[in-house]
Amino acid sequence: MNTITFTLNGKAETYDGPSGTRLLDVLRDNFKLLGVKCGCNEGECGACSVIIDGKLANSCMVAMGSVHGSTVVTIEGYAVTERYAVLDKAYADVSAVQCGYCIPGMVLASECVLARNPHPTEEEIRDGISGNLCRCTGYNAIVHAITSAAEEGKGLW
Amino acid sequence: MNISKSVTKKDHPRKMNGEAKYVSDYPTDGVLCGRLLHSARARARIMNVQIPALPEGYLVVDKNDVPGENLVHIVMDDTPVYADQTVEYIGDPILMVVGPDENEVKRILSEIRVEYEDLTPVFDVRDPAAEIFFDYHYGKGDVESAFAQADKIYTEQFRTGRQEQAYLEPQGMIGEPHDGRITVHGSMQCPYYIYGAVARAMGFEASRVQIRQDTTGGGFGGKEAYPSILACQVAVAAYKAGKPVRVIFDRREDMEFTSKRHPSLSTYKVAVKDGRVTAMDIDVTFDGGAYTTLSAVVLQRGIICASGIYKVDNLKVHGRAVKTNTVPSGAFRGFGAPQTFFAVEMMMDHIAKDLRIDALAFKQAHIVRQGDATSTGGKYHFPVPIPEMIEEVDRASNFREKKKKYQMQTGRYRRGIGMSMVFHGAGFTGSGERDHIKAVVKLHKYPDSTVEILASNSDIGQGLKTTFSKIVAQELNIPMERVIIHNPDTDRVPDSGPTVASRSLMTVGELLRRASIDLLAGWVDGEDQIVEEHFKEPDFVIPFYLDKFQGDAYPTYAWSVSAIEVEVDTFTGLSNILGAWGSFDVGTPIDMNIVVGQMEGGFMQGIGYASIEQIDADSKGRIRNNSFSDYIIPTSMDVPDMHVIMHVEKYPLGPYGAKGAGEIPLVGAPGAYLEAMEQALEVNLNHIPFSAEDTMKVLREEAKR
Repeated sequence: MNTITFTLNGKAETYDGPSGTRLLDVLRDNFKLLGVKCGCNEGECGACSVIIDGKLANSCMVAMGSVHGSTVVTIEGYAVTERYAVLDKAYADVSAVQCGYCIPGMVLASECVLARNPHPTEEEIRDGISGNLCRCTGYNAIVHAITSAAEEGKGLW
Repeated sequence: MNISKSVTKKDHPRKMNGEAKYVSDYPTDGVLCGRLLHSARARARIMNVQIPALPEGYLVVDKNDVPGENLVHIVMDDTPVYADQTVEYIGDPILMVVGPDENEVKRILSEIRVEYEDLTPVFDVRDPAAEIFFDYHYGKGDVESAFAQADKIYTEQFRTGRQEQAYLEPQGMIGEPHDGRITVHGSMQCPYYIYGAVARAMGFEASRVQIRQDTTGGGFGGKEAYPSILACQVAVAAYKAGKPVRVIFDRREDMEFTSKRHPSLSTYKVAVKDGRVTAMDIDVTFDGGAYTTLSAVVLQRGIICASGIYKVDNLKVHGRAVKTNTVPSGAFRGFGAPQTFFAVEMMMDHIAKDLRIDALAFKQAHIVRQGDATSTGGKYHFPVPIPEMIEEVDRASNFREKKKKYQMQTGRYRRGIGMSMVFHGAGFTGSGERDHIKAVVKLHKYPDSTVEILASNSDIGQGLKTTFSKIVAQELNIPMERVIIHNPDTDRVPDSGPTVASRSLMTVGELLRRASIDLLAGWVDGEDQIVEEHFKEPDFVIPFYLDKFQGDAYPTYAWSVSAIEVEVDTFTGLSNILGAWGSFDVGTPIDMNIVVGQMEGGFMQGIGYASIEQIDADSKGRIRNNSFSDYIIPTSMDVPDMHVIMHVEKYPLGPYGAKGAGEIPLVGAPGAYLEAMEQALEVNLNHIPFSAEDTMKVLREEAKR
């Protein structure tokens, strides 16, 4: 079996298991990256979102084989960045975190919204996070947090 | 400091960066995986269970392994830990397979053969064979005379559907046997409910049981009673295995087999004389599902709210919770009230239309006032701010103007706007707080002048760690950082009751405030000090008697007026929500952001309940849409930027004037949504969820005319 190599949170990693294993399981079980949450295991809720080569992906829908040569960022890797600090403050200021289970995925979705467009409209924000379910907030606070992060994080995105 | 001023939530940093530890995040080394075998039949006798040869280290746990009573203590004790002679719904847990490897556990489960002898199931609450779990009657005035003298009598039936809580974190529990004790920790709202249930199922002295809440990814009522069942199953399994056992539900298992909001069927008969409602005769049926769980209390709240916020002097209410062979219904934000408030709001709307009176004006003419009697002969002790709130919502939404404008529409896109007004009785129904819960809290001051809150209420996302800490910090005049609060652990915290009914902040929060005052009075620097505070019923409350449904069912009420505007695409049947506005009185917000977040989140769940969330059992009793692919909850694209207005009527006995907040935004949404839909479609509607398919049915009828 060929070894799968990929970059995970800025570090070169290898994976020797079956190529059909879900990325979600490898991140949680092998790499102990427990900020990646499992909410449905079938690509609907977005709790397991990670960023693969700059794009948001449900890690439960990604087979390890397809990760070969890719760059994967989870909340653990993202949480040390300057951009995260801006989002962190923006989320905190409007208390956008309730139960927290959707949040690691939602934060990465927020990053992808801003990376695509540093000055998104409300509609673009809503569209960008529409693959990430949140049952607590009604999304208002999250949308407001991303809006204010866009204003505060000038030049970062 | 202004207590409403928002602070960074205590739990924010670790939830934001992914470090918060939920039950599925605990190390799995040395922990056995457990999975349940659920009944495949709605009602059957279990004749035989064939278990394949088990590999070493694997075991099967069933009713014969329960060391205490094979019953889960909830309100009544009819829910078995593991099925006994019969199964009563598709999903009823028969046994658990436990072992080191999850895939192997799944293989064993798939090879177990259960031989059933089918019995006739009941799926329809109207089936004469259906067992009645609970049957309540109450009333006041002279209903017969009022009907005899009426100008007109209106009769209409209303239906509401099941609703799944759909917390993002599925149910999960870990049991750990150690030193003759059993520890269970996991996702939960009510550690002491579980404590009592596990002690009973294990046949243990309570001191041999420890329950710890882990960071919990949402509950909304769905983690009020169900975790007691799962905890008993896990405790029994761990005890038999002599090793820790973890059960983490997958989404489909969680959606199909755990409790949901009660479906309801209500018939309203209303007498009108001289343009006013003079009497209501209301018949409410809740589908309880297979076991009683919380149905008694859900039904009580539902029927107490049946006449809405309106003054109805002659009232007759009959409510029953009926057994069907479907998944047990349970707690969900609003707890019986959304069903009847929806019905009464639509009823009032339909009567007004028939009388050719503006529905809002008609409702306004009937609103209760401070000092009026409640449906159960208690009293509205405090101001009823609904009239002002109606104006606030009208100003924000242009309700009256739009209501006039959206008439006789014929194009592809048609608009409508609706408004509903509701209360939510704050805290437990009736005398529960005084007679059963008897809440106790403690504050522990350490020599370094940090103060720890010891209470059994759990932060499940609603912000309780933050609001509790704010109250204590405010009263002691110390910074928030010096107030410590952990997830509750029954070894460390007293029983301050469950995390339900928005009682935590209003009732337990006030106990913490009073404890803080005591602590400050006796404060000695450098000393280790503990103060304790006990619940006392407020003096003004008219005692409630459940046998007669008489007295103050609630000490006070949260109020709301909400408006929703829709646009229906008559080509596709799809409707778009153009706006949602709400004025909410929950007393003083203990943290504005947190309360606004509750309003927005609850409002969204109410909109989902009214429109897209549908989860029915089929003709065999099976719930087929057990995933987020088929059970649709609102995404960020399905709800607008909700406009929330906080209207503050302080409750003198809540901390700084706070009342219950969690439920109210959900309760009012269905009435507002459906009134909007009926304006757009120019028909009377009487059931929720009202889906795109339902819209198409209406349009098809219209095309025939």
